[in-house]
Amino acid sequence: MDLMTIMLSTPLGNAGGAVGAGLAAVGAGIGIGQIGKGAVEAIARQPEVANDIRANMILTAALVEGAALFAIIVGFLAMVL
Amino acid sequence: MPSNCFKSLLVAAFSFFSTFFFNNAFSQGEGVHKDGKKGFNAKEVIFGHVLNNHDFHLIDIVEDNGEKRPVSIPLPVILYSKQRGLEAFMSSNFHHGEQNYRNYMMLTDEKIEELKLDATKYNAQDILAVNDKGEIDSSVRIYDVSLTRNVVQMLIALALFTRVMLAIAKKYKNGHGVTSAPKGSQSLLEPVITFVRDEVAKPNLGHSYEKYLPFLLTIFFFILINNIFGLIPGSANVTGNIAFTAVLGIISFVVILFSSDKHYWAHIFNPPGVPLGVKFILVPVEFISVFIKPFALIIRLFANMVAGHIIIICLISLIFIFGNMNKFAGWGTAPFSIAFTIFIYLIEVLVAFLQAFIFTMLTAVFIGQAIEGKQHQHNEKHEDSMLA
Repeated sequence: MDLMTIMLSTPLGNAGGAVGAGLAAVGAGIGIGQIGKGAVEAIARQPEVANDIRANMILTAALVEGAALFAIIVGFLAMVL
Repeated sequence: MPSNCFKSLLVAAFSFFSTFFFNNAFSQGEGVHKDGKKGFNAKEVIFGHVLNNHDFHLIDIVEDNGEKRPVSIPLPVILYSKQRGLEAFMSSNFHHGEQNYRNYMMLTDEKIEELKLDATKYNAQDILAVNDKGEIDSSVRIYDVSLTRNVVQMLIALALFTRVMLAIAKKYKNGHGVTSAPKGSQSLLEPVITFVRDEVAKPNLGHSYEKYLPFLLTIFFFILINNIFGLIPGSANVTGNIAFTAVLGIISFVVILFSSDKHYWAHIFNPPGVPLGVKFILVPVEFISVFIKPFALIIRLFANMVAGHIIIICLISLIFIFGNMNKFAGWGTAPFSIAFTIFIYLIEVLVAFLQAFIFTMLTAVFIGQAIEGKQHQHNEKHEDSMLA
């Protein structure tokens, strides 16, 4: 029994779903990190509009997180279906 | 140094492929599933919390002989089928799936395994029709319209929400808070309502914001109060139910469609200022995006809420999973697990507010995109009158 045979006999759907969800988390982390970087730099340049920038940052972060959660749901479906 | 990068890539690829040619012995993963029934079944706990149930399950009392006796508040079960008509009874008659009642059977995880049913089609808490001998009668198609946990909790949240809002509205109608400073519950909600009006409705909807403001406020507060109720331990996971969010998304979709006019559709099927070749790609994308945008609203709210609940339950289940292996490991995991859980719980409260806000904001943005055509018309008319 080598690795390939064992890998194909175990539930591959669960593993695929978990790997996909993990990759989605990486993508979300990178995306929201860049949003935070841009927002903090903008606040450093112009502190008086900090509130506007914060509102936009939270809105954009929620949109990026929505995309990541799409992938997590698909990972979940890979496990269930 | 590009050659360094390429070398690292080669090393990674070589290591990965070389693992295929090793002989390894793997421990059996299957045996763990059978033990899980006696010990702590994390999957059953997680899905029992996140999915819909026919009762409010409070606690399990472990009796002296090790048997678990669940304590729960039963809810009405209302079933309709063509052959048997409308039947209604309390779900306590099923005794948590142990007995059949009036020729109906409630499935549990154990029964699904026993009867070797297809685990993807049948879930726990499904109700099936059985004949007198107890075998499943698959010719009877049951429409389950019971008052399940999610429905009852949504109705309670709705009753509370309506009562609070009507009380505050009556205060405003009597004149408190209009010419004088707002007091009490008015001062709790007035900043939130003005926030929704000034940050969400006015920037996106322009002049006609007043027409949509009741809808936006309702969506915001309804999602918010159901999110908050879902965070109470022992409660149902209403907003983490795809059917609930799908209905909210479809309502938003209908509002967006009814507020769109011919300029909106003209811009979708004939975007101005776009060369002909790009139009072939852009028009299908634009048309699909009309449906994808509410779909994204649905999935975003559903996934955020379900993910939060699952994380909290998983962190707490870690204590019991470790506790099954070794009692001291269980006690040792407890402080870290509880600390993490409190942290995630506070994030979930933030996410509850945030998701309500995001749903409302994006609905306002999409409605604003749909009514934009009228704004352009108005602006053009103003410009012409200025030139004249």
